[in-house]
Amino acid sequence: MSKSAIDLQALDHDDVVEKAAAWRAAGKGVAIATVVSTWGSSPRPTGSQLAADEDGNMVGSVSGGCIEGAVVHEAREVMQDGKPRLLAFGVSDEMAWEVGLACGGKVEVWVERVD
Amino acid sequence: MRPDTLKSLLAAREAKRPVALVSNLESGAQSLVYRDAVEGSLDLDEAIVASARTALRDDKSGRADAYGTPLFVQVFNPPKRMIIVGAVHIAQPLMTLAQTSGYEVVIVDPRGAFATRDRFPGVTLSEDWPDEALETLRIDNRTAVVTLTHDPKLDDPALHVALRSEAFYIGSLGSRKTHGRRVERLTEDGYTEEEIARIHAPVGLSINAKSPAEIAISIMAQITQVLRAE
Repeated sequence: MSKSAIDLQALDHDDVVEKAAAWRAAGKGVAIATVVSTWGSSPRPTGSQLAADEDGNMVGSVSGGCIEGAVVHEAREVMQDGKPRLLAFGVSDEMAWEVGLACGGKVEVWVERVD
Repeated sequence: MRPDTLKSLLAAREAKRPVALVSNLESGAQSLVYRDAVEGSLDLDEAIVASARTALRDDKSGRADAYGTPLFVQVFNPPKRMIIVGAVHIAQPLMTLAQTSGYEVVIVDPRGAFATRDRFPGVTLSEDWPDEALETLRIDNRTAVVTLTHDPKLDDPALHVALRSEAFYIGSLGSRKTHGRRVERLTEDGYTEEEIARIHAPVGLSINAKSPAEIAISIMAQITQVLRAE
């Protein structure tokens, strides 16, 4: 998990794109992650978005905090090579240190670079 | 996302113009679909454009895979609105809850002393008579209307406009007795039982709310329940 806090104010608001644009305008590498499919109980609905910059700042959310760290990690790669990625996250084993959704749902998250 | 796409998307949001962003999840190519136009580098056939416009109307983002290509339609609609008639005490906490929940708030009260900027920072205030105000605001299916004056002179004209609109929620403050009289008046005015049943009254979920803030919570909870009903 990045040391930057999730911006709680933005969790349910739609200003992710505006924030991403502001970071990009400031010369930062930026990526946007979007929940594109969900199965079962997932904490955030399809269409939920998160933006991250190259310093690890983020705004918005794609889960209840379960997979944000992994998504931001992948977002860094996307910022580097510009290739969009489709990430899948499933149920995590509560006893193992792996990334996943403890709630038992499955989500697909698409990560794209903001050029 | 290409800079020109981002620029157009931001402009549409600024102008409160509904737009859907269609993305090819493999190539990353994207196009924007408006109600009356399409722009971008991703070629879309008529069927995809139509489903993007349906997604806009239904306010629902989702996959729209076609010919083995994974496509995603992201809906960017302007904020939902809450129109509150009556700049009364309950309107203050309700305004805050609504804003936190992502609504744009409009407060209507023709009684000059009530709807003051000091009491209602950051919202649109209207001092027009409620029916005129609501006509001007052009209520759509992403608008909730709440009347809080429990004065028929003010609430009823607002309800007349709301009941003829697509508002997804209509709620009216007042006791069962107050609402009983309201139903009689609306019936006399020619509204059917079915139409009048759209009004949630007494307003709010039953959570034994007493204070203005608690009543506001019960109203916000009921609006959320109606909005998210499957």
